Order: sequence, then structure tokens, then C-alpha cells
Amino acid sequence: MNDSSAVLVHAKDLRKEYGSGGGLVRALDGVDLDVNRGEAVAVMGPSGCGKSTLLHLIGGLDRPTAGALTVAGQRVDQLSERALAYLRREEVGFVFQAFHLMDELTAQENVELPALLAGCSPGEARARATALVEQVGLADRARHLPSMLSGGQRQRVAIARALANDPQIVLADEPTGNLDSAAAFDVLGLLENLHANGLTLVIVTHDERIATTADRLISMRDGAFIDETRLTGGSPRQPGTFADWERLA
Amino acid sequence: MNQPRHSRRAGSVRGRALLLSRLVRRDIRNRPAQAMLLLLAIATGAATLTLGLALQGTTNNPYGRTRAATNGPDVVATVMPTPSPPGPNGPGRAAPGPADVGELASVEHAPGVAAHSGPFPVTWTLLQAGRTTAGAEVEGRSTAPSSVDQPRLLQGTWVQPGGVVVETSFANALGLHAGDRLSLGDSSFTVAGIAVTAAIPGYPQACTLGCFNLTPYNPGLVWATQADARHIADAATSGPVAYFLNLKLTDPAAASAFAGRYDASASPGTPHLYSWQSIRDGNAQVIANVQLVLFTGSWLLALLALASVAVLVGGRMAEQTRRVGLLKAVGGTPRLVAVVLLCEHVLVGLCAAGVGLLAGWLAAPLISGPGAGLLGAPNAPPVSGSTAGFVVALAVGVAIAATFVPAIRAARRSTVAALEDSARVPRRRAEVIRLSAHLPAPLLLGARLVVRRPRRLVLSVFSVAVTASGVVAVLVLRATAAGWSLGPRVTQATTIVSVMLVVLAAVNAIFIAWTTALDARHPAALARALGATPAQITTGLSIAQLLPALAGALLGIPGGIGIYDAAKNGGTTTIPSALWLAVMIAGTLLAIAVLTAIPTHIGARRPVTEVLQAEAA
Repeated sequence: MNDSSAVLVHAKDLRKEYGSGGGLVRALDGVDLDVNRGEAVAVMGPSGCGKSTLLHLIGGLDRPTAGALTVAGQRVDQLSERALAYLRREEVGFVFQAFHLMDELTAQENVELPALLAGCSPGEARARATALVEQVGLADRARHLPSMLSGGQRQRVAIARALANDPQIVLADEPTGNLDSAAAFDVLGLLENLHANGLTLVIVTHDERIATTADRLISMRDGAFIDETRLTGGSPRQPGTFADWERLA
Repeated sequence: MNQPRHSRRAGSVRGRALLLSRLVRRDIRNRPAQAMLLLLAIATGAATLTLGLALQGTTNNPYGRTRAATNGPDVVATVMPTPSPPGPNGPGRAAPGPADVGELASVEHAPGVAAHSGPFPVTWTLLQAGRTTAGAEVEGRSTAPSSVDQPRLLQGTWVQPGGVVVETSFANALGLHAGDRLSLGDSSFTVAGIAVTAAIPGYPQACTLGCFNLTPYNPGLVWATQADARHIADAATSGPVAYFLNLKLTDPAAASAFAGRYDASASPGTPHLYSWQSIRDGNAQVIANVQLVLFTGSWLLALLALASVAVLVGGRMAEQTRRVGLLKAVGGTPRLVAVVLLCEHVLVGLCAAGVGLLAGWLAAPLISGPGAGLLGAPNAPPVSGSTAGFVVALAVGVAIAATFVPAIRAARRSTVAALEDSARVPRRRAEVIRLSAHLPAPLLLGARLVVRRPRRLVLSVFSVAVTASGVVAVLVLRATAAGWSLGPRVTQATTIVSVMLVVLAAVNAIFIAWTTALDARHPAALARALGATPAQITTGLSIAQLLPALAGALLGIPGGIGIYDAAKNGGTTTIPSALWLAVMIAGTLLAIAVLTAIPTHIGARRPVTEVLQAEAA
């Protein structure tokens, strides 16, 4: 941790285990991580290496078995269920591979949802959602149900929803995993814009195009970081280049 | 884009109210069939309870109107044949001697008596109308109107030689109208008219004033001319003659005390006196019996509705897992998740209470109609505030009780697991796994599916047990009545309750089968991947429904006998024959097999790769 005020996520010896005895699975095995404000971090690795588990822990969707995890100044490993809900609501925005939109709500209503949960008035939530839906280029699709949208459009709604409460960090789990190339390109552009505007991003991905747009690329295997690469930062059109490389395992 | 976070709290209440109503409304609209089934389950219990509560006191006003219209007696004095029935004698056996009409003379001229009619001869015989045989209490009357108790004609004319008048509730039960033909004993008559009276309770309570035993028939009242009545009494198949005397008192309110003075010293062959209040209560007994059936039935239905709602909510939860995860992922607290689910079902409960109240209120006149054979428009009895409150409380209580556990479970569920939409991992039952390994494949699958979800197993057994208990209680009622007529209204009430119980149990069976098939999609797909045929899976799923149904049907036998014992107004309890009980069990299993055939068939034919890939995702 270089500068405590600049560090948004701090994990120390983070562990997550499932099962017990002979069936024990170490999904995360002593991970140390700092993510600075405004930084974009990409996490890559084979399936089952613990990437999504790491994201779930940072986002307060799950609890670590051991270790310390601080997000936006809050010790996630010590928070109650209710406090975790507030963390997810106020500080974190999620983008999932499977979009996870409410099927019965329109695009606009899906984006309003976190704001209403956070206690915004209906008018305020609506205004904010309208702006965000417009920002992701779906103003003409605002009243459509998710079933009437393409995969790329759904993911853009999910990104707008992730931004509804002006979070400090957006966590994206394989955001282009279910999309074709054109839609993936659109989503990459959106994420890039968010980063350019100073938002902190942690992206789990198999897609090297996303990884090379990040400031830092972390590779994982068997629940641990195996190497970390600092990049110059690029764009979907112009990937970043290696600036520094460190083998961690 | 940045704004102070505290400013968001300003619209907190309105925003959350909008969110809550939006989630509740959209989910109900998205799954209308499930919402309708929930509504049906709760409304059925609410309607029956409303019916039971609304019938209280429905005979008071009609009895008063009938008494006024017929110049009904304040007291009816009877003198029965000696020795006094009831006894084991039936028609054609040695009958007791005729009653001594002179015994009534002292009553006729007693202080406080203002007017009288009679004494009228009364006898009991068999009535034959078409293919229907019934018992009849035949009262011989003058063709001229009586000053006290002149029955009010609803159809036709008053008695005449060869023409009899049938009391209205008895005529309704037999489907008789003016102009029809019937035979009484050995004689044939025309139905001259249909009339009401306030002197004798309506069918099947006519024996309140004493009866000659016509086992197995429960007699209804018929008026004939005195000559015809005596002719009927002379037939070999008829009972002895008794006499009824109708009295008007100077103080009608003192009728009970007047009757009490004589009854204290009554003995066989001496007069028995019945006040108008006791006759009114006898009329009310018909409704009281109906009420007892409906009230007992409504509690059974409420229990069944509880099981239904628990099953339905459990099924909905299985389909809503991802939705719950999603809500939590975007910041919904566990409490909010529970509140959304509770609000949804409380809303359905409130609607169901409204539907139940309306249905019960509308159905009440059909059963009370307007009281057993009394005058009065068949208005719906009023649903009081306390009745409405009680029904609403019950409906909402059922919804909350059934939703509470699944709602809390959903709220506590791991967000990640909920988002993955994976089925809850069942507890391992090593003993069942070991024992079932020796069974054929369908039985093996069925046995293992049965123990996968203990709560569902309990609900399944409970649901069938409650329905079977209701059916057995009706069988006990009929066996105990041993052919005596229960009256059309009690029959109506038992039919209503039985049908509602069966409908609700059918809803439960279908939903439990559907939930089981949904929950078993992964093991079923895996079993098919390993070589099980769809037919084996279908049979396994069916067995998983039939095993708890068998347990429920067996539990229903003591349950039904217990319910009858607890609800009856004294008397004995006759256990139905083993054949009837066996038919009940076989019928239950057959019904469950048929009702669950479609869900199990669909469940067994889901594409294997689709299910396995979904679980792996």
C-alpha cells in the first residue's frame, strides 16, 4: 500500500475455501492486492483459478474465509449482511457476464433499481436513469424489456445500472463473454470511457483486448496471483504496451 | 456525476414504496397462473369460513315471520303412544298402544292458555313418491282453517279428502310440487299444496317433538284430513297414533316457563310441552349442523390452504432464486428481499380474503335459504365486521405463515449461489441411499427424490392427510347416520367442503410434482446421461409423489375419525367399512398419479445437455 488515501481496494492474505477435509477447495489462496483510485485492473487466468471469487469478495457478494479486505475504507471481511448490502449499493457497481437484468422490468426501470434501493426519490431515480440510459446509447430502447434487447444492448443496460449510484468502483465479470465481436467492441468502448473519466475498474476477463486496455494485468492460477504486468494503458483500437513485469509466484 | 451521498436519503420512503410496489406488481403480472393458484388456495378457505360464520342466526328472523304469518303456537303439547318411542320397533312390528288424548285436556284448560287448536292425531308411515321412499309424520287436520297454527300455503290448496299438504323443506328434499302423486302407507294421495309452519321444526328436524322410529328414514311433515290420517294409521305398515295440541298463551314470552312446569313431572303417556323458543332452536339446528360442517371444513381448508401456499411459495422461490440474487447484488438488503416476498403474498392474501368473503356471502343464501323451511326472502345474511376481520386475518395469516420460512431462507441465501441459480444442495441421507441401492431403478429414483427435501415431503403428506381426513369424516358421518337423512343442506355443505378440499389438494399435488420435477432436473438429467430412460425418470418422479400420498391417505383415517369425534354433538361414532376406506386410499393414489402425470412427464423429458450446461454455468 503506497498511499492509503489513493488505495481503494486493499487485500492482505485473502483466502476463500469451500468444503472441508479431503474435499477442501482453496478458491483463493493468500492473495495480496491493492487497487488505486482511478486504476483499471484486468484479471486473467484459466477457468476455476479464482478470478470470479476475487471479484465476488471485493464486491461484498461473498465473504472471505480468512485475510483482510478493505474496500472504500470499509473492512469487508467484518461487515454484517446489511452493511454488505449498503456497500454493494453505494460503493460498488457490478457488470456480469450473464447481464442479470430483472426480466420483468424495462431497461430504464432496471437502471432505476439501485437508485431506488439507495433511497433516491422516484423522480431523482428516473432522471438519473434517463441520463445513464442515454449515456450508453439506449435512449430509444429505454422502455423495452430485456427480452426485447440484443445481448450487447442488455450489457449496456447492465453497465448503466452499475453506474446508477455513482459507485467508486465497477467490477466486471467477463463483460464481453456472451457477446459477439461488434457488441463486445461497444462494451469495451463504454468501459474505456468510464476509465478515462477516472472510475476505478476491476475486470475479470478471458479477452486480451480488454486486458490490454487496463493499467495493470494480473494473471491467476490455482487461487493465487502468478504474475503482474503494468501496461501503458491503451484503448480498444490501440492496445497498451508492457511497461513493467513482475513474476509473483 | 458525483453528488453528496446523504442527499439520496431525502426521497427514501417514496422511492422504496415505488420500488416495492413495482417489484410486487411486476412479479404477480409476470406469473399470473401462480398468483391465481395462490389466490384460489386462500380464497377457498376464506369462502368456507365466511359461509360458516355468516350462517349464525340466519333462522331467527325467518322463524319470527313464519310464526306471525301462521299464527304459530306459543306451546305445542304432545302425548305419545305408550310406551313412548323411540324404540327398536319399525313398521310392521308390534307397535305400542295408542296415546290417551284425554291427557291433553288438563293442558288445554290450564291457566294462562288464551286459545288452542287440536288435539290433532299424528301418525308415522312410509312415503313413496316415484322411486323415492321416505318417512312421513302425518298430522290430521280439519279442512277449515285453524285459529292457532294454520300453515301458510306456498303452493296449491289446503288439505282435502285424498289431497295432502307437504311441509316445504320436506317437499324440497323430495322434489315434490303441488299436483304430484304420492302414497302414504297403503293409500295414494295427490299433493294438494306445499306449506310452512312454525309449530314443528322443518325437515330433517321434525322429530324434535317426538317420533315413532321409522329406521332408517328420518321423517318429514305431511298434513292430511283427520279421516285420511286415521285411515293411514290403520295400515299395517304405519305406527301408532299420537296427538298434538297447539296453544296460545296470554304471555307468549313465558312459554318456556309454562312448558317447563309440565315437563318437570312428565312421564311416558303424559303430555310433553314444547315452547316456541325450543321449536325455533330446532329449526336452527338444521343450520347449526350445516354450520358445524362448514366451520370444521373451513379449518381443514385453512390448514390445506397453508400447505398450498407453502408449496406454491416454495415453487415460486425455486423459480425466483436468480431474481433474489440479483436484487441482493445491486444492493438489496436481506430484509428487503424478505419484505418483497411477504408483501407479494400478503397482497394475494388480501385479494383472496375479498374474493372469499364475496363468494361466502353470495353462497350463504343457497344453503340457509332462508332457514330450514321458513318464510322470508332468500337474502344473503349480513357479513359482520367481526366476520370480515376474522376472515381477512386468517387469509393474511395463512399467507404470512407460509411465506415466512422461504422468505427468510431466500434473504439469507448466498448472493453468489442465488445468482448462479443452482438448486439448494440437499442433505445426504446415507441410509436411504444404501437401502434404495437394492431397488429397481424407478423405485430407487423415487425413494431418493422423496427424501431430498424433507419440508416438501412433510407438506405433501400433510396436504393429502388433511384432504383424506375430510373425506373420512364425511364417510364417518354417513356411516353413523346409517341411512337416516342428514337433510339437503347438510348434504350440500358436506359436498361443498369435500369438493373444495379435493380441489385444493389437487392444486397442491400438481404444484408439488412440478416443484419436485424442477428441483430434480439436475439428478434426473444426470441419471439420463448415465443411461436411465425417460420412462424410468417419469416413474421415479411419480413414485416420489405416490409414497407421501399413501402415507397421507393412511394418516387421514385416524385423522377423519378424530375430526368427527371432536366436532359431533354427542352420540356414537360408526367407523366406515374397510371397503370404503380401501376405496378412499386407492382413489387418492389414483388421483395423485393422474394429476402429477403431466408435470412428471415434462420433468423427465428436459434436454439433458441443456440442464447440465445450465447447472455448470
